[in-house]
Amino acid sequence: MKRLLLTTSLVTGLALALVGCKTFDIVTKVTTSVGVATGKISSSEARSINRTASAAGKAFEQITPEQEYYIGRSVAASLLGQYKAADLKAANQYLNLLGQTLATQSDKPETFGGYHFAIMDSDEINAFAAPGGLILISRGLLRCCQSEDAVAAVLAHEIGHVQAEHGLRAIKKSRLTSAFTILAAEGAKNLGGEQLAQLTTAFEGTITDITGTLINSGYSRTLESEADAAAITIMQRTGYNPRALEAMLEQMHTRMPADDKGFGKTHPDPQDRIKDIALLLEGEGAIEEQAARQKRFEKAMKGV
Amino acid sequence: MKQIAIMMTLLLAMVASATAKPVSMSLQVRKGDLRSSPSFLGTIVGSAAYGDRFTVAEERGAWRRVTAAEGALTGWLHSSALTKKKIKLKAGEADADVAASSGELALAGKGFNAEVEEKFKEQNEDANFAAVDLIEAIRITTRQMQKFLKAGHVISKGGAE
Repeated sequence: MKRLLLTTSLVTGLALALVGCKTFDIVTKVTTSVGVATGKISSSEARSINRTASAAGKAFEQITPEQEYYIGRSVAASLLGQYKAADLKAANQYLNLLGQTLATQSDKPETFGGYHFAIMDSDEINAFAAPGGLILISRGLLRCCQSEDAVAAVLAHEIGHVQAEHGLRAIKKSRLTSAFTILAAEGAKNLGGEQLAQLTTAFEGTITDITGTLINSGYSRTLESEADAAAITIMQRTGYNPRALEAMLEQMHTRMPADDKGFGKTHPDPQDRIKDIALLLEGEGAIEEQAARQKRFEKAMKGV
Repeated sequence: MKQIAIMMTLLLAMVASATAKPVSMSLQVRKGDLRSSPSFLGTIVGSAAYGDRFTVAEERGAWRRVTAAEGALTGWLHSSALTKKKIKLKAGEADADVAASSGELALAGKGFNAEVEEKFKEQNEDANFAAVDLIEAIRITTRQMQKFLKAGHVISKGGAE
């Protein structure tokens, strides 16, 4: 009897979970029926669109790593249209040595095009993680870091956003629905001019959704906490003291102007973030300065 | 009651067949380095390309010891580089239908791709793709990572590796 109850509750749960997609299904089916009736699409295309549209109900999970890579490239290119890349060869090399090493210790060390880091030529305290692993850090934020461990904290936090796919979550469902629908209609053929234009429109919308979130609205405190927690794990696994995240946030709090246009606008107050990570740092010893590490950090950061 | 018994038998049979069958996976990243040990600091024994198929021989944490479906290449890959989906580099009509309906198939080069990026570039002249290309060109080798960790006395306490 108990088993029967269990089966019944499972079935009910499943049914409830499916209800959410249902409305969406109906709308698409009506649209495709009209399409078939008017001869605009073939019935096999309609079938495929209907199926794809149900799949698109799951939105961003349907994005392949390859598509995520192209989204990330355009997000980064748009950001670098607004923030110039800093021409600091040694510092950029150091950032990539550190960042790519940290990324191997994340839960998602492999992305389609790999993790890459660069410095933005801006005094603003800011950092952006484009989907797929293109990570941009401002000069202003690097100046808040007083040790390699603190830079590691900043980079690991951004890697945390990439591994949890926070950028992709900022995409409005409607963009992906239209993209997946065009793809299903297209099938395996090459895109026609009109379809390519439609797909590009969906793509542009996707990029705007993400850059808008990164530059203007920011992520929720929950997602920032998630990235901070990921940063602590990555630092522990690699061998950096995660207390450096706390130290960096304190520096940020001191240095950030009240009307800051970067992190101040898009991130929770550094002091709130310090509170949120307190429990995770319990049991971590104090930061001990490592002479060789400090020396290379200071050398690399010259000019930043 | 009889129905439940049948369902349970079916379920058990499914579980049994799932465990007995070797798991096939595809490389879902552009290039994958197979390593001699389950660690990013392990020696690279060979490289695989996007869409290559593998059979999983062993699991250790997030690492999989895999053998290439074609050829004799064997080594360790991190699971984040792998997907259970089949990746078709050149898709036919039928593939598109399967990809759309089951989600078991991914069509390489479809959707947001280089062609769409080109079009986006034309329409967004301010976007700086040249800078992105330069950033992507910086690659750090396993040897450089090993040296970097050693010189900075950064000592890993285990973990994901």
